[in-house]
Amino acid sequence: MTTMTVNDAISVALAEEMRLDPTVMIFGEGVATKRHDLLAEFGAARVRNTPLAEGIIAGTAAGAAATGLRPVVDLLFAPFLCYAMDEIVNSAGKLRYISGGQFKFPMVVLAMTGAGWGVGAQHNHNVESWFVHSPGLKIVMPSTPADFKGLMKSAIRDDNPVLVFADIALGYSAGEVPEDADAIPLGKAAVRREGRDVTLVSYAKTVGTCMAAADTLAAAGIDAEVIDLRSLKPLDEDAILRSVAKTGRLVVVHEASRLCGVGAEIAALVAEKAFTSLRAPVLRLTGPDAPAPASFPLEQAFVPQADAVVAAVRSLVAEPATV
Amino acid sequence: MTIRPLDPVQALERMMLIRAYEETLIDLHGRGRAAGTCTSVGQEAPAVGVVSALTADDLILTNHRSAGHLLARGADPGRMLAEVMGKQDGYCGGKSGSLHISAKELGVVLTSTIVGGELALATGVGLSRTMLSKPGLNQPGIVACFFGDGAATEGRFQESLNLAAVWKLPILYVCENNQWQAFVHRKETMLADGISGQAAALGVESAVVDGNDPLAVFDAASSAIDTIRRTGKPFLLEAMTYRLRGHFEPDDQGYVDKAELAHWRDRDPILCLRARLEREGRLTADGVAAIEARVRAAMEAATAFADASPYPGLDALTTDVYA
Ligand SMILES: Cc1ncc(C[n+]2csc(CCOP(=O)(O)OP(=O)(O)O)c2C)c(N)n1
Repeated sequence: MTTMTVNDAISVALAEEMRLDPTVMIFGEGVATKRHDLLAEFGAARVRNTPLAEGIIAGTAAGAAATGLRPVVDLLFAPFLCYAMDEIVNSAGKLRYISGGQFKFPMVVLAMTGAGWGVGAQHNHNVESWFVHSPGLKIVMPSTPADFKGLMKSAIRDDNPVLVFADIALGYSAGEVPEDADAIPLGKAAVRREGRDVTLVSYAKTVGTCMAAADTLAAAGIDAEVIDLRSLKPLDEDAILRSVAKTGRLVVVHEASRLCGVGAEIAALVAEKAFTSLRAPVLRLTGPDAPAPASFPLEQAFVPQADAVVAAVRSLVAEPATV
Repeated sequence: MTIRPLDPVQALERMMLIRAYEETLIDLHGRGRAAGTCTSVGQEAPAVGVVSALTADDLILTNHRSAGHLLARGADPGRMLAEVMGKQDGYCGGKSGSLHISAKELGVVLTSTIVGGELALATGVGLSRTMLSKPGLNQPGIVACFFGDGAATEGRFQESLNLAAVWKLPILYVCENNQWQAFVHRKETMLADGISGQAAALGVESAVVDGNDPLAVFDAASSAIDTIRRTGKPFLLEAMTYRLRGHFEPDDQGYVDKAELAHWRDRDPILCLRARLEREGRLTADGVAAIEARVRAAMEAATAFADASPYPGLDALTTDVYA
């Protein structure tokens, strides 16, 4: 076991995969400057700085992926993906299908997202569900350094475009990472805590929020199960349904806004496939439908907080049982 | 590398095949058998001239007016028609339609109908050419990227040329300046007389050629490709030509200036080359009749092939989304 931050875990995964496969490369604005370890080990051909032009960065990745490379691109802050949307959605996501399966697009798009740095709305926007809604893409949004390492490795090895969103607030958070750990498969949720009374489903930094809420709830005698989705597409439906079948109650927690968010999908999934196990309505705790503020207290208030999760769970557990 | 000279009679036959293909498609559309298309009528010369100057190792990216490029590359008109008609034996299993046909076996990587999309991906294809070129192989393939003057008004044009120049990517940018951008004349959207003037500012060498003369295009493309192979740098070739039919069939061209159309009809690349070859005694009336007969037979066979091809099974709806 080694202890490392999320940022280090991403770098370690990149280095390990670049060592294993000479077609893996990385480029983006300042990549060669900031990831100097990678530059030193793999050279300027495989670790490149780019012009400040997200569209051409993503397009270059798509073209390179179609013709034999496995590029990783760092587009910095998630809102900048607006500039690269065409290349990610219309090209990388669709061209395999349009070509009748002639080409594949093994590329990874990295971006930072979420509250924590007070950088304001044009640098902080949780856009993951835009891409979940787009065919041909895969989306991961891990919460621990070990998961970042393992899922980055899978993302690089995957023959499809994978977007990896790194929650800014988690960048410097540290955790244990097994040295010999290998890739973690995409599409497998992790049960962070087992429980009988309620299921808390989350991803990225709000997993920690749910864990904190679960501690408080445990002290009050309520046993919460916490599920960390880790990947949003493919979505581990079984993990969600299995847990809800056991607990009969569900609260989904994420920082992105509510309307058509990932929580809406999970609520619908449970309504469709586990309706009879529900003992209470499904609740969602999300960020507001508003741009992210820069002011620290406002930014904190933007993110669902543990006491709100506790209150939501209490409201459900107080509901009379229907079975 | 010496490129074999272009046989003008063969060039004429290829151009006539492209014209016949487009006319067949217009006819099929008129009879409700195929969706409307963007034809390349009038633009056969840049297609045949440039593609004939490429070698089998070179790759092609193109746009919505791609039939000429594909047929010049040797695509089977039957499989092209089948694709346009949404049939199983089309190059993309019927999933592309007329607008996005790509054919890996012919080195036609992806056809984008997002205007400018091909410019965004071309740099990546150029990058993979550079990164994956085998040591000892002193002539790694180049990439030819066809686009219109409309695409050149998009930012991706500058982004693409800039990155290709900075990274020394072996890309032949071919602007088919056909004077029109869907229903808008080029003069309404750009003040310059062409787009090549922008190249120098980005550090890219360029040339302008009469895009209605396939032999002149071939010579200009050959010398551009020679420069690319020698320097490893991109090159922009602007072929001045004209879109003789409307933007998207059917289109009555009611918005086109009659005198302009008449001027360019007199310069029809097929009629001009044919007259020239007859004048020079290289082609007789019998020779022309023989070509016409071969082209007609090829299109009859192609139509029969496409007619006979079944529609894809409905399970194809969700195949080839992911690799
Ligand atoms: C991004 C985008 N915007 C608009 C369109 C609609 N459209 C299709 S073709 C075309 C004109 C393109 O002009 P040009 O690049 O000169 O190519 P041409 O059709 O003349 O060959 C337009 C506007 C599109 N397909 N993609």
